[in-house]
Amino acid sequence: MGSRSGAACDLTSHSLLTVEQKAEYQAPSLVRGTLGSASSVAIVGLSTKRQKASYFVATFLKSRGIKIIPVHPKADWILGEKVYPTLNDIPEPVDVVNVFRPAHECPIYAAQAVDIGAKVFWLQLGLFNEEAATIASAGGLDVIMDLCIKMEYGRYDGTMRFLGMNTGVLTSKKAQIGRISSHQDVHASECLL
Amino acid sequence: MSKPDQKRDYGFETRMLHAGHVPDAVTGSRAVPIYQTTSYVFDSPQYAAELFDLKQYGNIYTRINNPTTAAFEERIASLEEGAGAVATSSGMAAQLVTMMTLLEPGDEVVASQHLYGGTRTQFVHTFRKLGVTAHFVDPDDFDAWEAAINSKTRALYAETIDNPQGSVVDISRLAALAESNNCPLIIDNTFATPYLCQPLNHGAHISLHSATKFVGGHGNSIGGVIIESGRFDYSHYPTIANPSPSYHNLRFYDTFGLHGFLMKARVETVRDTGSCLSPFNAFLLIQGLETLSIRMDRHVKNAMAIARYLEDDPNVEYVAYPGLESSPYHELALRYCPRGPGAVFSFGLRGADPREAGRRFIEALNLFSHLANVGDARSLVIHPASTTHQQLSDEELVASGIDPGMIRLSIGLETEEDLLWDLDQALRAI
Ligand SMILES: Cc1ncc(COP(=O)(O)O)c(C=O)c1O
Repeated sequence: MGSRSGAACDLTSHSLLTVEQKAEYQAPSLVRGTLGSASSVAIVGLSTKRQKASYFVATFLKSRGIKIIPVHPKADWILGEKVYPTLNDIPEPVDVVNVFRPAHECPIYAAQAVDIGAKVFWLQLGLFNEEAATIASAGGLDVIMDLCIKMEYGRYDGTMRFLGMNTGVLTSKKAQIGRISSHQDVHASECLL
Repeated sequence: MSKPDQKRDYGFETRMLHAGHVPDAVTGSRAVPIYQTTSYVFDSPQYAAELFDLKQYGNIYTRINNPTTAAFEERIASLEEGAGAVATSSGMAAQLVTMMTLLEPGDEVVASQHLYGGTRTQFVHTFRKLGVTAHFVDPDDFDAWEAAINSKTRALYAETIDNPQGSVVDISRLAALAESNNCPLIIDNTFATPYLCQPLNHGAHISLHSATKFVGGHGNSIGGVIIESGRFDYSHYPTIANPSPSYHNLRFYDTFGLHGFLMKARVETVRDTGSCLSPFNAFLLIQGLETLSIRMDRHVKNAMAIARYLEDDPNVEYVAYPGLESSPYHELALRYCPRGPGAVFSFGLRGADPREAGRRFIEALNLFSHLANVGDARSLVIHPASTTHQQLSDEELVASGIDPGMIRLSIGLETEEDLLWDLDQALRAI
């Protein structure tokens, strides 16, 4: 699921992450741990349009019992959830801040995520910003970048494989129904995708 | 800050056996179960609505997806290190689905002229009905590729190893040319298989197969598959980037990113053309994949021994196998297929009447099966001039790249000495 805001962000941005950066910002244990424990996700830049990637992601997370909190400057309600103009306006606890905005804006959201006491700062597929990562981790948050939260959920709850996608999950352990599996690791070369 | 994970880079054989299937949560079934069903009960009305809107990953209807087929798709995508795969009813369907997903009327394709004959027919005649034009070029001539590319070109197409010429295409060079023209490079990897060559790792964007051949490997199922790298930038590629009128103006690339092409191929093209693989065939193709590396090593070993034997026989004019040092494609074969360039090749019979020699040669064989297929566990043979191309004159044959004494072999897994014996006694009988 892309976060591309127009043509500027493309898949080749994946090559921007070095092997070390992937190990730090895309570690399977961090991703799995985040998905398995998150009960609320604030989505910065959630669109009001039903065919946009962010709308797909929010619909999917809601179906998994995760509370989504839209952050949008103008809208009032999206997907039946009250919208807040900024992260700082949210009156309830936020586990994950998930960003669908251009990379250069991300340091602001990182600082706000620290202010509101979020646990994880997650930039969508196609987004990478070192400065934002430094701010968020200095504030005690875990940082995930350049990954789609829906794709990752589908990878670890096993549903993404219904569409023939390469999940990279390889294990001889029995699947667990409707759970983010804790023992399935991702085959290294697929992490590069 | 979390610790970096210990990630294991699993080997090819491990992925042949495990990728794409996690033992079922309820039954624990170790083999991939055959889900012989047309349809799937929805969790709830809301879930069904989200599923049809593509907001959920789930099973919809077997014309679109099926868990057995999906295990096959993910496994072969893992073997070729792609983002995912879409299985189709045949290799021909894999080509057609790829092209119908990428192209619109008025678009053009530049393809190698060394193609499977059925593919060429599809590209010339069926494409014409769709308003698409294919240009064919000598695959070794990069000036010809460049000259054939124009503003309407939307894809480049070639086979890793072709038949009958036995040419090997320079994939990375062609991929660079494709990319600089905003075109994906599509490679038919049928003859190399995912074990002998991984085109996506050399820069190709789409790899497709007639899984009917070595992937299934036992001559029992027709099937095809399309694997995509997830690395092509489709943001300026009309059909994948623009709003889709058949999916509520969904922009597949914007919404699905690296899965954009594959999603569109599945939920639009396969859905609308009905070219899905049957779950039972997917199961048989999975059985094939589980032994692919072992079979291919043996196919290649037997093929090499036979090619060397034929090269030394006085009744043989030429042997077009890129595994031989004498082949002009030997260096490309070493680069792209270091474990050996497959097990299908052609050779030419000498003699005053090569067409008649070919007929007698086929008649004298005892082990080789005379039929129109390749990539079976059993050895296969065909003499085009007396079968598929019998209505053509000698001149017409040569014009289509086939000479009257040409024999095509697909080398199987039988005892090497038995295959050599069979060929030897048939060559002595002509
Ligand atoms: C190289 C190649 N591509 C494609 C095909 C078509 O595959 P299928 O017969 O599975 O439709 C064939 C079949 O002979 C082939 O040899």
